[in-house]
Amino acid sequence: MSATFDLELVSPEKLLLSRPVEMAIIPAAEGEMGVLPGMAPMIVALKGGVIRVQEKGTITERLFVLGGFAEITPGRVTVLADEATPVGALSRAAATARVKEAEAAYAAAATSATAEEREAAMDRLLAAREMALAAEAA
Amino acid sequence: MANLKELRGRINSVKSTRKITQAMKMVAAAKLRRAQQQAEAARPYAERMARMLASLGQAVAGNPDAPKLLVGTGADKVHLLVVVTGDRGLAGPFNTNVGRFARSRIRELEAEGKTVKVLAVGRKGATYLKREFASRLIGEISYQGKKRIGFEDASEVAARVTAMLEAGEFDVCTLIYNRFRSVISQVPSAQQLIPAELPAAKAEEASQPGAWYEYEPDEATILAQILPKNLAIQVYRALLENAAGFFGSQMNAMDSATRNAGEMINKLTLTYNRTRQANITKELIEIISGAEAI
Repeated sequence: MSATFDLELVSPEKLLLSRPVEMAIIPAAEGEMGVLPGMAPMIVALKGGVIRVQEKGTITERLFVLGGFAEITPGRVTVLADEATPVGALSRAAATARVKEAEAAYAAAATSATAEEREAAMDRLLAAREMALAAEAA
Repeated sequence: MANLKELRGRINSVKSTRKITQAMKMVAAAKLRRAQQQAEAARPYAERMARMLASLGQAVAGNPDAPKLLVGTGADKVHLLVVVTGDRGLAGPFNTNVGRFARSRIRELEAEGKTVKVLAVGRKGATYLKREFASRLIGEISYQGKKRIGFEDASEVAARVTAMLEAGEFDVCTLIYNRFRSVISQVPSAQQLIPAELPAAKAEEASQPGAWYEYEPDEATILAQILPKNLAIQVYRALLENAAGFFGSQMNAMDSATRNAGEMINKLTLTYNRTRQANITKELIEIISGAEAI
């Protein structure tokens, strides 16, 4: 296992990661996907979750991302995240606050808003819960 | 000739002005460095976004129900100008330049019989345009008191523009801001946001085997998500360039103000000394002629 591809993780505010890795697990909108070198080109939407970087069979880095996109080509993966934080830097208090906020927004949306807005609120709530889980694990 | 006490007062007041402008220059220089760093940090995201959008744009080009954000409403009647300026003054011609650029743009468009709406981001631009175009001003956003501009601020502006587009309030949206060319040179420029100008995919990328992507969930869904983000990142970039340009311009303005104050002090000191000498000479003459008379 020596084949690698370049993984780049960028958020609007900075470039978080740019180096060759062996495997990355990406929280795509329709389920987590493991990316290995030589994947067919794809563009996927992301949901809130943790990107795991794997080298020599062990996970070497975990980064929490909140929505965004990933562009996958055989030799390069670019993740454009709306927000990205290394899992170690997540604070449990902030995550809990965010879950509470999202729950309130979801409750408000459940009664009045259109189906689309409800879904968006639901997505936000799920992403916030993922964040809390990741913060818990860190 | 001014009397000595008055001159002393003026010299002191110019000296304290010089202290203030010097301090402002230092502050602007420090802030400029931070703003430049921030602008640099945002660049990779914008570049990758452009690359992704180029390949996506090819996939949906020619599709009749492509999203409005990409192709516009098809009409060309109502123009929305988003004018980005600083929130504060004392920065030389920085704000006025954008204001003047926007004004000539508005005149041009109106001469062609188009309706113009203006969204002013930054307090100075709003006050500048209010004088002449108060009826076209539909909104004003200010970041006064904010330490640094975040991506959320840009997203807010983008969301507002998107909402207006959905409501059919305009057809073409243009962003007007000071492009940051260097610390001493900021160029007012216009950039069309809607319909989006697609960055052309680079030739080598297109010819590369496997340039055709698979999409998950599908092109339309991804495009619907990526376009507002692209709008936000363009606005974000403009805001950052505006901030960097503002501090650059302020630094220069304060530098020349400091230099002018220095010159002024020299001149005043010269006058002060001359007057003082003249006074002494006069007194001596009086004493001597008094002594001779006895």
